[in-house]
Amino acid sequence: MSIALYRIDDRLIHGQVVVGWGKPLNVGFIVLVDDAVRASTWEQELYRMGVPPDIEVVFASTEEASERLPQWESDGRVGILVAGDIGTLAALTANRHRVSRVNVGGLHHRPGRSERLRYVYLSDAEAVQLKTLAARGVEVTAQDVPTAAPVPLEDFT
Amino acid sequence: MSEPLRGVIVSHAAVAQALLAAVAAITGVRDALVPVSNDGCDTGALAERLNQAIDNKPAVLFVDLPGGSCLTSSVRLARGKTDVAVVTGVNLAMLLDFVFHRDLPPGDAARRAAEAGSRAIRTPAA
Repeated sequence: MSIALYRIDDRLIHGQVVVGWGKPLNVGFIVLVDDAVRASTWEQELYRMGVPPDIEVVFASTEEASERLPQWESDGRVGILVAGDIGTLAALTANRHRVSRVNVGGLHHRPGRSERLRYVYLSDAEAVQLKTLAARGVEVTAQDVPTAAPVPLEDFT
Repeated sequence: MSEPLRGVIVSHAAVAQALLAAVAAITGVRDALVPVSNDGCDTGALAERLNQAIDNKPAVLFVDLPGGSCLTSSVRLARGKTDVAVVTGVNLAMLLDFVFHRDLPPGDAARRAAEAGSRAIRTPAA
């Protein structure tokens, strides 16, 4: 198995990730790629609280994730990788890695963003970032939970 | 006497609003609880909603799940504050107990509410 879901979600590890996706995928590990969380053991404990003990949680900086991605891709368990912003995921899809699909699971309102879907708000620059990802051959769709239909990139940018 | 504690229900979707309505229907108490939903919020927006709900007053935050965005935002906000406490697994029973014990310090009120909520979880023979 490998990483079954590469997700952009500004709530990071939360119910939709652990239960919504984690249950049907039967995940064995979740990788949270976030430089700030990686630097704070207190924040890590907070995110670990919401995850059942049989699921391993790995905290990585963007740089660490870039190095360890091949290891996670060859892991015998099913994994989910979550990052809180497009730039982090874009960094992981660059160069040698073979990330073929990216799930936009939740980017919420903040100044400068406009609503594209109920759970996806993007600035124009972020929309361009996603299109750049797609131009590199990555399939980008929006989908908050697995029971919803994936929304193609062109329908929300 | 100091101002009674404020309870803030922090939940997904409309759970908080529904619990608030149920407490009001059962007790008639309408001024003890404030609902906060994480709908449409990133962590910053949810923190803002929580700050508005607490309004710099002593409070207990009743969070729906023991993990996820509602919890992480609540614990971040309560960190280092002696006048804000957090309880997870909110249910109607704990809120009914809380609204009549708002004169306690936040930590004590949170522990008491948690015990009341736990006692309500049973598997009665049918």
